[in-house]
Amino acid sequence: MIVKRKPLNFWERLYLPAMIGGFKVTIRHFTRTLFGGKAVTMQYPEEKWAVPPDYRGAPYLVRDQEGNTKCVSCQLCEFVCPPKAIKIIPPGPAGQLADRPNAEKMPAEFEINMLRCIFCGFCQEVCPEEAIFLLKDYSLTGTSRAEMIYDKEKLLALGGVHGGVQKWKHKLEEAKEQENFPVKV
Amino acid sequence: MIQTILDWARSPVGQFVLFTAVKVFVAFNIMMVIVAYIVLVERRVCAFMQDRIGPNRVGPLGLLQPAADAVKSFFKEEFTPAHVRKIYFLLAPAIALMPAILNLAVIPFGSKLGNQPMVLANLNVGILYTFGFVSLGVYSIALAGYAANSKFPFLGGIRASAQMISYEISMGMSVVPVFMLVGSLNLSDVIGYQAHGLFSWLVFKQPLAFAIFLVAAFAETNRTPFDLPEAEQELAGGYNIEYSSIKFALFFMGEYANITLVSAMMVTLFFGGWTLPVFGLDQPAATLAGGVAHILIFLAKVFIFLFGFIWIRWMWPRFRYDQLMDLGWRRFIPLALANIVVTAVILWLKS
Repeated sequence: MIVKRKPLNFWERLYLPAMIGGFKVTIRHFTRTLFGGKAVTMQYPEEKWAVPPDYRGAPYLVRDQEGNTKCVSCQLCEFVCPPKAIKIIPPGPAGQLADRPNAEKMPAEFEINMLRCIFCGFCQEVCPEEAIFLLKDYSLTGTSRAEMIYDKEKLLALGGVHGGVQKWKHKLEEAKEQENFPVKV
Repeated sequence: MIQTILDWARSPVGQFVLFTAVKVFVAFNIMMVIVAYIVLVERRVCAFMQDRIGPNRVGPLGLLQPAADAVKSFFKEEFTPAHVRKIYFLLAPAIALMPAILNLAVIPFGSKLGNQPMVLANLNVGILYTFGFVSLGVYSIALAGYAANSKFPFLGGIRASAQMISYEISMGMSVVPVFMLVGSLNLSDVIGYQAHGLFSWLVFKQPLAFAIFLVAAFAETNRTPFDLPEAEQELAGGYNIEYSSIKFALFFMGEYANITLVSAMMVTLFFGGWTLPVFGLDQPAATLAGGVAHILIFLAKVFIFLFGFIWIRWMWPRFRYDQLMDLGWRRFIPLALANIVVTAVILWLKS
């Protein structure tokens, strides 16, 4: 297709209409930003964006409402973790027992290397005890590599308390969904 | 010994040397401060036009940003690529600032402060001196393009030299009618001619000359819409692509020193210099306060022009190269010539 170019008339060739048009646009934006405070810039460390609810941030360990460790050291997350960022040391036969009933053990050590983590959320998905969650932290900083390996205490402190044991309720819901899986219209 | 020095300092020659040295020092520093801060103004203004905020972290309102920039450019690695022509590579940034600073000498930036005329060198051939050094400006850019010894900087340098030489002609021709009216090449006389009310300003007597000079000034200083020598999208940066650290900063400062100088020249030639046609401010100052007021008036006028330069940069797209050459050779040179002829005829009829 050939687009016909209309020859410019004298007024247009003087460049003045384009000049005035450009000036109008720039002065509008200039005054709006300077006097109207309409800048789109976010002053980052002071202002932060609203993190969406399903955002996948840093994975942290959570406690139940009694402050006990939810993790039972099953090592599923360690197994599933694609970049192998998680390292779990189980308590072993002579190790410390779990600090809550209905759990056989808890990890002696639980480390996540935040430099390796890709925030995929597989650990949260695979965890049978709902003990690890991707929370909303996105700005992880440190001055050394060693500092970026978060140990169990740090992960638990950052994760906080996350309600009671909900896994049976959730499993029931999942089972019910399975029953009417081919959705009947 | 001390007595001899004091005697010399009191002698007319000594007085002249000392006062000139002080004036040079102050004028140079004021110019450098303007150059530093006009960069900040440019960054803030363009930010506002683009709905952003701009640098506002260093100091109150970001006012210490130029200092931070200077420190940064001094401490960055100064990298010299292996393939450059070393001597020219060093020479180009060294002479980038030179024309603008040398031209400062003939600009009358005030009337009088006490007994001292506020011009560094009251040359009778002021404008010739100015054009002589303005044309040296092309050397730093052409040399930088040549020294880089690679395609795109070379293209930028070539573009710059063709552009600056073309527009120098129309720039030089556009001011000829001004000097036909004034009857002198001395810039102080040009201001004296304009000191009789607002409509004695040469912008009202020679609007066409001013228009051509303005456009040529944009082309001479490589500012948008004529910034083809450093067209990033086309040349990956232009003539200064191989430069880093303070060498790059010198080109940058050279550009802003040039627009400051060209603004000062436009104020002097067309907008009455340090005069203002109210409150008797168009006569040389008798008091110290009047002298300061004249300097401030001059600086204010220069700032208006600098602001215009900045505004236009963020308002307009770049010209195409053939359009640029067409405008320079086929529009402005005939127009400037016609302007000279018409002015000559009118002056002849009047006499």
